[in-house]
Amino acid sequence: MADTKKYKKVAYYPGCALEGSGHAYNRSTKAVGKELGLELVELDNWNCCGAMEVKNIDPKIQTYLSARNLSITEEMGFDTVMAPCNGCYHNLKKAEYDLGHDAKSVEVNHRLSEKAGHGEYKAGKIETIHALDWIKEAVGEEEIARRVKNSLKGLKVANYYGCMYTRPRHIFPEKDKGPGTESTSKPHFMDDILAAAGAQNVDFPLKTACCGGAHTLSDSDTSTKLVLNILTAAEACGADVVATECPTCHTGLEMHQIRAEKVLGRKTNVKILYFTQLLGMALGLSSSKVGVQENFSDSKAFLKSKGLG
Amino acid sequence: MPIHEKSLIRPENLVEHEHLVIEGVDVSGHWSTFIEGRSITDYNEAMQEEIAALPGGENIHRCWQCGSCTNACTVNAVNPEFNPRYWIYLIRLGMEEELLRDKDIIWQCVSCNKCTYACPRDVVPEAVMKATAHWLELKGHTPKSNSTIFDEGFASQVIKTGKIEDGLVLRDYFKATGQSLTQPWLVAMVTGLIKRFPVTYLMKLGIATVFPDKTRKWSKSRAAITEYVEECEAANRKALGLDAKGTH
Ligand code: SF4
Ligand code: SF4
Ligand code: SF4
Ligand code: SF4
Repeated sequence: MADTKKYKKVAYYPGCALEGSGHAYNRSTKAVGKELGLELVELDNWNCCGAMEVKNIDPKIQTYLSARNLSITEEMGFDTVMAPCNGCYHNLKKAEYDLGHDAKSVEVNHRLSEKAGHGEYKAGKIETIHALDWIKEAVGEEEIARRVKNSLKGLKVANYYGCMYTRPRHIFPEKDKGPGTESTSKPHFMDDILAAAGAQNVDFPLKTACCGGAHTLSDSDTSTKLVLNILTAAEACGADVVATECPTCHTGLEMHQIRAEKVLGRKTNVKILYFTQLLGMALGLSSSKVGVQENFSDSKAFLKSKGLG
Repeated sequence: MPIHEKSLIRPENLVEHEHLVIEGVDVSGHWSTFIEGRSITDYNEAMQEEIAALPGGENIHRCWQCGSCTNACTVNAVNPEFNPRYWIYLIRLGMEEELLRDKDIIWQCVSCNKCTYACPRDVVPEAVMKATAHWLELKGHTPKSNSTIFDEGFASQVIKTGKIEDGLVLRDYFKATGQSLTQPWLVAMVTGLIKRFPVTYLMKLGIATVFPDKTRKWSKSRAAITEYVEECEAANRKALGLDAKGTH
C-alpha cells in the first residue's frame, strides 16, 4: 500500500528550551520520530524565536527572529518546519501572519534580512506545524494503535495544551475548520494521540488555561496560584498524569508544583509528563530512552506501578 | 458625568448615614449614605495617543467597552483589581490619576491572550497592557518591573548570541533583581534533579552557563537588530515628548 501521508520528512526547529530545561522533550520527540520511521532534519544555525520576552522590547524584532528561521527552512529545501515548543510554534505562526498582513512587519523584515545578509522570508512559502500535527498527520491514530506494544491502559490523563497553541485564534487559520481539524476552544489532538495509545483521557476543563509562564520568575506567586489551580483541577477530574506538549508549560507546572508545596504547603501528586514520553513508552521505548530521568519531577516509581517504562 | 465604576468612588467621598453633613447642614440620621460630588480637572488628553504610539497600543481606539477581556482574563481571576477593560476606559478618557492608582499591577499581565481571543473589536488588549506598562515606565511613574528586567536580560542575550541558555538567563535575572539563588523551593527542585541526573548531563548544563551556545553567522543579524532597537527607542521617547536619553 502506498503511503500517502504528509510530513514524513520535515525540518526540525527544536528551540532553546529543548537544549536546556526541556531536554527530555527533545529526546522523546526524536526517539518517537525514529520509532515511527519519521525523519527530522534540524535547521542549520537556527536562532531563538524570542519566546514571550523579545516582543515586549519590540514586536517587529520578534517577527524578524522567526522570519530568519523560516528563511533557513526555505534555503534547506523544505516546505514544512516542525516546532515542538508552543512558544516557537506560536512565534513562527505569528510571523507568518504578520508578514502576510502587516506592511510595517514586511518592511522591517526586509531591512533586517538585507543587513544581515540572508534571504528575506516572504509569507506563504513555509508551513509551520506543531509536534502534535506532525504525529497526528504523519502517523495517525490507526497506525499508532497498531504499533502499541505497551498500552497506556488504565492511565488517566488530563491533556494540557496551555495558551500559545491556540491563542490568539487569527494566527492559526487552519484551526476551527470542522471535523478533523484542531479546535482552539477545545483542542483534542493530544487527546486523540494518547487515546490511540490506550490512555483514558479525563474530561479536563483547563486544557487551555494559562500557567503564568510569562512571569514564572518575575511574579512567582501568581504563577504558583495558576499552576496549583491547574494541578488540583486535574486531580479533581481523576487524572494520574498531566500530559504536556510544550517545554515552558511543562517546566512551569513542575517548578510551581514544588513551589506550591514549599511556599503554600499545598502538595499535589499528579505526575507531569510530555505526551511524547507517554507515547514513546506505549510504543515500547524505555523510560530512559524518553528522558523521564531528565524531568524535574520524579515519576519513575509511579510509571513502574503502572507497568510502564 | 455618570458613575460608571464603583471603584471610582473613593472611600473618603462616602458620607455615612450617622454623620451626614451636607453643605454645612447636619442631616445625620435623616438621609442615607451619600457620595460627595467630585469634579475631575486632571485630564491628560494626550494619554490615548501616547499609548497608541507605543508598540501594541495601536488599536486601543477601537474598544467599545464590552468587558469580554476582563471577563476572560487570567490575572483578573486571581486579583479582581486587575481590570483591562477599565484601564482602557480610563486611558481613552485621559483619566491619568485614576490609572495611576493601579500602576503597580498593570505589568502583571501574563500574556495569555485570553482577552485577545475574546475581544470582538480586535483591540488586542494583551498588547495594550504591554504598551501601558511600557508607558508607565517611560514616564517614570513606575520603576522597571521585574518582568521588564527579565525581558531585557533575555532579549539582550538573544540579540548578542542568537540563542538563550536558561541557566544564564536565570542567574542574570536573579542578580539584576537582587534575589538569592538559594530560595528554598529552587534548592528543592535542583537537589531533586541532582539525585537522578547523570553527571555528564549536569556538567553539560554547567558548561553551557559559562560558555553559552551561539548561533553561527549571527553577528550581522546582531548589528542590524541593535541598530533597529536604538531607532525604535528614540522614536518611542519622542512620541511621549521625552528627551533622547535622560529623564523627563
Ligand atoms: S520559545 Fe522558548 S524554546 Fe522556543 S526558541 Fe524561543 S526560547 Fe527558545
Ligand atoms: S501555559 Fe504557560 S508556558 Fe504554556 S504557553 Fe501559556 S503561559 Fe506559556
Ligand atoms: S493577556 Fe493579560 S490582560 Fe489579557 S487575559 Fe491574559 S492576563 Fe489578562
Ligand atoms: S474585549 Fe475588546 S472591545 Fe471589549 S472591552 Fe475589552 S478591549 Fe474593549
